[in-house]
Amino acid sequence: MKKKIITLCLGLFLIVGLSGCGGNESKESEGKVGFSISTLNNPFFVSMKDAADAKAKEVNLTLEVLDAKDDAAKQVSDIEALINKDIKVLLVNPVDSKAIAPSIKAAQAKGIKVITLDRTAEGVSVDTHIASDNVAGGKMAAEYMVSKLKANDKVIELQGIPGASAAIDRGQGFDDAVKGKLDIVAKQTANFDRAQGLSVMENLAQANPGFKGVFAQNDEMIMGALQAISDKEVITVGFDGTDDALQAIKDGKLDATVIQQPDKIGALGMENAAKLIKGEAIEKTIPVDLVLVTSENVADFLK
Amino acid sequence: MKKIDFSKYTVFIAFIILFITLSFLSKDFLTKDNLLLVLRQISINGLIAAGMTYVILTGGIDLSVGAILGFSSMSTVLILNSGIPTILAIILGLLVGTCLGVLNGIFIAKAKLQPFIVTLATVSIIKGLTLVISHSMPVSVLSSHLDYLHIGQGFVLGIPIPVIILVLVFIIFWFILMYLPFGKKVYSIGGNEEVARLSGIKTDQTKIIIYGLIGLTSALAGIILSSRLGSASPMAGNGYELDAIAAVVIGGTTLSGGKGSIVATFIGVLIIGILSNGLNLLGIPSDYQNIVKGAVILFAVLIDQLKKE
Repeated sequence: MKKKIITLCLGLFLIVGLSGCGGNESKESEGKVGFSISTLNNPFFVSMKDAADAKAKEVNLTLEVLDAKDDAAKQVSDIEALINKDIKVLLVNPVDSKAIAPSIKAAQAKGIKVITLDRTAEGVSVDTHIASDNVAGGKMAAEYMVSKLKANDKVIELQGIPGASAAIDRGQGFDDAVKGKLDIVAKQTANFDRAQGLSVMENLAQANPGFKGVFAQNDEMIMGALQAISDKEVITVGFDGTDDALQAIKDGKLDATVIQQPDKIGALGMENAAKLIKGEAIEKTIPVDLVLVTSENVADFLK
Repeated sequence: MKKIDFSKYTVFIAFIILFITLSFLSKDFLTKDNLLLVLRQISINGLIAAGMTYVILTGGIDLSVGAILGFSSMSTVLILNSGIPTILAIILGLLVGTCLGVLNGIFIAKAKLQPFIVTLATVSIIKGLTLVISHSMPVSVLSSHLDYLHIGQGFVLGIPIPVIILVLVFIIFWFILMYLPFGKKVYSIGGNEEVARLSGIKTDQTKIIIYGLIGLTSALAGIILSSRLGSASPMAGNGYELDAIAAVVIGGTTLSGGKGSIVATFIGVLIIGILSNGLNLLGIPSDYQNIVKGAVILFAVLIDQLKKE
């Protein structure tokens, strides 16, 4: 009886496993680069990593990626491990901008070049920082919404995880740019989560009838919110440019999103790592453009 | 007996007080639309909390429910998208969740490991598996399977389907607990496991079934969630165990097991549900919401304790 249950369970997992598996491959190279990434539990960072992987093959470098699982302490030990593996360049996407400084200094003490991606490191100087500006992105979303709505129309803002830098910056960019032009009637957190995006939107729609626009600080939340908005006239704007959001724009369900191009951040990271290894000079900060995606240009971004 | 009835009564009073307060504070709270909305929102936590009541009644705990929810919803959508008929995909998804629960149960009952430790470990394993099968990306339900969306989004006689499922599950779980021999076994294991074993109850088997059941209700919650959203997220279910445990505890079920009621759990689920809804309706700034939620939970448990004494 028990054996049957276990066999059944293992069989089931095999089915599930087969419906979504891939493979790995490796290659010889001329230098090693370490990449400590904050989390791979988020499509944004997965695209960043995938692009870095692809670029590593192109420039013939070996890339070792360690996932810190959003744990600043794990990131410290990850970087120690990478330092011991004789890397020439360290790419860091910090979990915590403040806590990362000692690890970066330890790497630099061994002569390793350091590049920060997407999030900065405070209290330490690095070879270059590659990121896009979230405040500018929030402003782009605001300007689009202002152009589509009438003066003082009611809008709702779904916020990210309270205290997260992306939530603060995107919110600040949006709020400053709509000030005096649109009326933000509700600002509530849905913690960057799709399920909460739905339930918080449902609740806010009850309390704020007649709202004309919704800005969510990431695409997961706006995708959830779309399920709760029946009025086709409401202008909806997300942030990140995930595959789902782009598809929704193509299908006419979502009006716009601000694309961050994490793949470009990852690819530029590897490109500049290669330059550092060759001894070439690089810029101190490398901005990555943000793009507002609407039905007009969505075809350029859909894979 | 009297004590249990009394604690049931206090959680009910706490709920009424909160309900009336919110009705006065927000004009949008006490409307048919809003209340149906709340019921649909609580169906996810409610299903998990139903299973969690059984687990806690035996003196156990299950921290892996959120992870099981995430894995089951992801596997159901992947199976569905691979072209398998909707009904079959749902059954397979439910089986996946049940199996994960049974595996928890085997480690707990047969290997005599602490439920806290076992499920803490399986959270990590199951979350990892979800990331592997999904490649860490959300997966949308393909447009060829739109009938799947009916479970989370549909209505029967004006009542959302998730609400009907929730109420049915609670009635079944209540009936089993009150009137079937299995229910008595659940209570006696929580009261004193050794005595239960000596009196001829197959305690291992009962516990494995209970962990299987919570796996089943978590998977059901996962299916409803993915159907409601039209997609499965690799992050779905994060932290859901805490809301479920909170609902059971607010309902007055003691964490040491043996005492508690499933009806009170339902009230606990309602309290958490109207609280989240009310905080949004009132426009309480995000930074303060966690404080209010924590304070209400603490207050509800405190009242319960004071009344008992």
